[in-house]
Amino acid sequence: MTSTPTTTGEPAAQGPTGAFPARGRSGSGRLWRVLVYVSGKLLTAVVSLAAVVVAGFFLFRILPGDPVRAMTEGREVTAQQREELRRQFGLDQPLWQQFLDYCAGLARFDLGTSFQYREPVADLILERLGPTVLLAGTGTVVAALLGLFLGTRAGWRPGGRADRTHTAVALFLWSVPTFWLGLLLIVVLASGRGFVPGLFPTGGMVDPGVSGALDTVLNTAWHLVLPVATMVAVIYAQYLMIMRSSLMDEKGADYLTTARAKGLRDGLVRRRHAVPNALLPTVTLIFLNLGQVVSGVILVETVFSWPGLGQLFYSGLRVPDLGLVQGLFVVFAASVILMNLLADLVYPLLDPRVRP
Amino acid sequence: MHTHPRPPGTHLRRVAAMSAALLLVGGSTAAPATAGTDDLDTFTIAVTQQVDTFNPFVAQLAVTTNVLGHVYDTLVTVDPETNEPAPALAQEWEAGDDGLTWTFELRDDVVFTDGEPLTADDVVWTLTTIMEDGAAAIASGSYVAGFESVTAEGDHTVVVQLAEPQATMESLAVPIVPRHVWEPILEEEGDAFADYPNEEFPVVGSGPFTLVGHEPGESITLEANPDHWRGAPGFDQVVLRYYSEKDAAVEALRGGEVTFVYELTEAQASSLEGVDGITVNHADGKRFQAFTINPGARTQDGEGFGDGHPALADRTLRQAIVMAIDNDEIVELAHGGQAVAAGGYVPARYGDFHWSPEGEEDFLAFDPDAANAMLDEAGYERGEDGVRVSPDGDRLELRMHVHRDRPANVNAGLILVERLADIGVEVENLTVDPGVLSDALYAAEYDLIFTGWTVNPDPDYVLGIHTCGALPEEPGTMQGDAYFCDEEYDELYAAQLAEYDRPTRAGIIHELQEVLYREAVVNVLAYPNIMEAYRSDQVSDIQIQPDPGGNIWGQDGYWAWWSARPVAAADSGGDGLSTGVLVGVGVVVVVLVAAGAFALVRRRATLEDRE
Repeated sequence: MTSTPTTTGEPAAQGPTGAFPARGRSGSGRLWRVLVYVSGKLLTAVVSLAAVVVAGFFLFRILPGDPVRAMTEGREVTAQQREELRRQFGLDQPLWQQFLDYCAGLARFDLGTSFQYREPVADLILERLGPTVLLAGTGTVVAALLGLFLGTRAGWRPGGRADRTHTAVALFLWSVPTFWLGLLLIVVLASGRGFVPGLFPTGGMVDPGVSGALDTVLNTAWHLVLPVATMVAVIYAQYLMIMRSSLMDEKGADYLTTARAKGLRDGLVRRRHAVPNALLPTVTLIFLNLGQVVSGVILVETVFSWPGLGQLFYSGLRVPDLGLVQGLFVVFAASVILMNLLADLVYPLLDPRVRP
Repeated sequence: MHTHPRPPGTHLRRVAAMSAALLLVGGSTAAPATAGTDDLDTFTIAVTQQVDTFNPFVAQLAVTTNVLGHVYDTLVTVDPETNEPAPALAQEWEAGDDGLTWTFELRDDVVFTDGEPLTADDVVWTLTTIMEDGAAAIASGSYVAGFESVTAEGDHTVVVQLAEPQATMESLAVPIVPRHVWEPILEEEGDAFADYPNEEFPVVGSGPFTLVGHEPGESITLEANPDHWRGAPGFDQVVLRYYSEKDAAVEALRGGEVTFVYELTEAQASSLEGVDGITVNHADGKRFQAFTINPGARTQDGEGFGDGHPALADRTLRQAIVMAIDNDEIVELAHGGQAVAAGGYVPARYGDFHWSPEGEEDFLAFDPDAANAMLDEAGYERGEDGVRVSPDGDRLELRMHVHRDRPANVNAGLILVERLADIGVEVENLTVDPGVLSDALYAAEYDLIFTGWTVNPDPDYVLGIHTCGALPEEPGTMQGDAYFCDEEYDELYAAQLAEYDRPTRAGIIHELQEVLYREAVVNVLAYPNIMEAYRSDQVSDIQIQPDPGGNIWGQDGYWAWWSARPVAAADSGGDGLSTGVLVGVGVVVVVLVAAGAFALVRRRATLEDRE
């Protein structure tokens, strides 16, 4: 979270004229700088995590509403029944005691228990992690590939017909509300109107009663089509635009003139020379988004009833199921922090200019 | 134009695109085929609520209590046609002369799904456990709150000893569990009993269905119990499929993926009206929509708290507010006509308990002129801006809390603002999240606030929340929802609870509603209709409750799913055809995708040529 700006900011700050690879400097000095760099990044990550742990506890306690009242709403319960629930959830304890218990739990990697599901939060997360990674991961990969592919075409000839078409379509889809697009796809492609049969399921991941490995895989793939299509349609524009603009930046570079002077065909100049250099900012973006793959795509999961973490978070917020939402918050934030840390550590390997 | 040799890699890409398209369409044709291979008649219900637990001692949410109501039997159920108590596990029951000893005679032909007979011992153990163990009382504690003891006399007689007479003994909707299964679980789990999920499938019960599977966030599967004493259910299985979005569930019904959707909005119901193969069911509501007026919140010790408008302690002002509102207008504009204008507190579907003010009694009927006259007379003078000022000098500027997530409440709120302006009351419309509303209610920091309850066939509980005993012991712990307290009401409440003669009791319940009406703290606006829809090309017959005019989802008892009969297989045999259509469409899609991929690749190639 807090280290996000450093990841994107650093290469820009150093620019093409930044420190050249440390060839020729003393080995021990370099090792020292690497250690300082790595430990700095680690420290930032640890501080961020600590902030997340504290925020995760207090943030959701500011939410209006009382979990016990919300869970018993409309039910014929006695005051004793409410008291029993309060005791079970630990809500009868003073706030500082609840906070200490929560911290002690986290230290043991115990994320607490969900009020409404009555299951350890860690188990719930593991249950839902697979579907979310499958959906968000597939969506991110497809969107990135599509965005890079189309962005390359668009950026190579800015203002050309391909550029105008791809940019316009991508920006149009980017500004379409996810929820609306999802429902539209369901109406057109899933429920069947008039003589058009329903091609895809309206929701869920696997039909009940489907068994056998191959059937399950096919059935899941079939269920995956519409949610992935919705997700890709809405997000691929960001990859396209970044790829496009960074390719445009590279277009005028001297090494491309050199490549052309060697007599290389235009396609080769683009593929072998321009694209690899233009890829760097996009890689950063992919890393940043990978951290969010875990937190899922709440809207897509909700429209398509996908049994993932986003949907779980949504159901927890409505109560509010404090045990569940604070556990999920810590896990989501931690995954973004870890991915950022990873990006910070991997980036110097990809780009010599930012090496410490 | 001259041609180039095709750039390397193009061919590979095309093959990849083709195979991806094939895989995709392959999936789309393979899946319905698998679904069609089982010959089970399945009744699929689209549910929008998550599963809390299948532990019948703990389950709170509508979905799970509904499922458990089909997995376990209860002592007494509710007649599907009349809404009155009807035999279930108990064939007959009677109260002793003192009204404190209740004897239930059980059927002798009830068998759990593991083959063990259900006896009085199971009933005694279930009820005693709820009485003695706080963790086991989370779901059904209110039913046994007045029990002294529960004992067995022989294998088929259960005797319940009460501390005080209670007329609710005929509506004991407590799921009876097999002792031989649950006693070891209770011992083993100890303090963690409430967290026991009861997901050892198949779950042993005696009901008409057996719980056989649960995929979290996806589905719950029930199988028919062919040996049930009431007779085998019509469908082989009932599947509850989770939809997080109701509009998607409606589309699933349209496409035939699910058999039944419930709790529809007026817009969703009317979009399904007239669709081939779908029947929309409009039922009389179980719920009332109301707003309450803060009469000056206080604790049981009489200590005032909160910041309600001081003038609202005056009954005349509260009555004038009620008279300014036209319940028929609320029905037409806020519910699109899909509701019944309210009379008393108990909805119209509960024939003998329902009360509606008639003639002389109806002195709070819509009449803004009379309301204005009343306020003028009571000394509420209009200020220069048309807003009245109370005799104590407080401007009549009231906050109104409305549930943001209930469209009918939002609409009704807008109407209330206008109508109250007609009598010189200014309303600040606070349309808020349910949590914010609940916080305002319990802190008594409100003036007008929306509420609503689903009323059970026995209205005892929703009447009980307006006794003085339901006032908070300290701020924030209120049992009721209105800070209402009235001596006459309390006496009537106690009298109805001790009255075992139904007509006499119904008379007292009418009087209770009269008091609520007169005091104008709890003001009922409408009874919203229940709207639900099912595939009439899959279901030929289904029992509603009450009959006529009743609902399918959320019945008291397991009538709907148990009674539902599948349409004869010959009529519905569209499976082969639809698979054929799907394959055909699949082929078309393959061709289109291939053509698209080809065009893309071509275009790419020519782009390079145009160098």
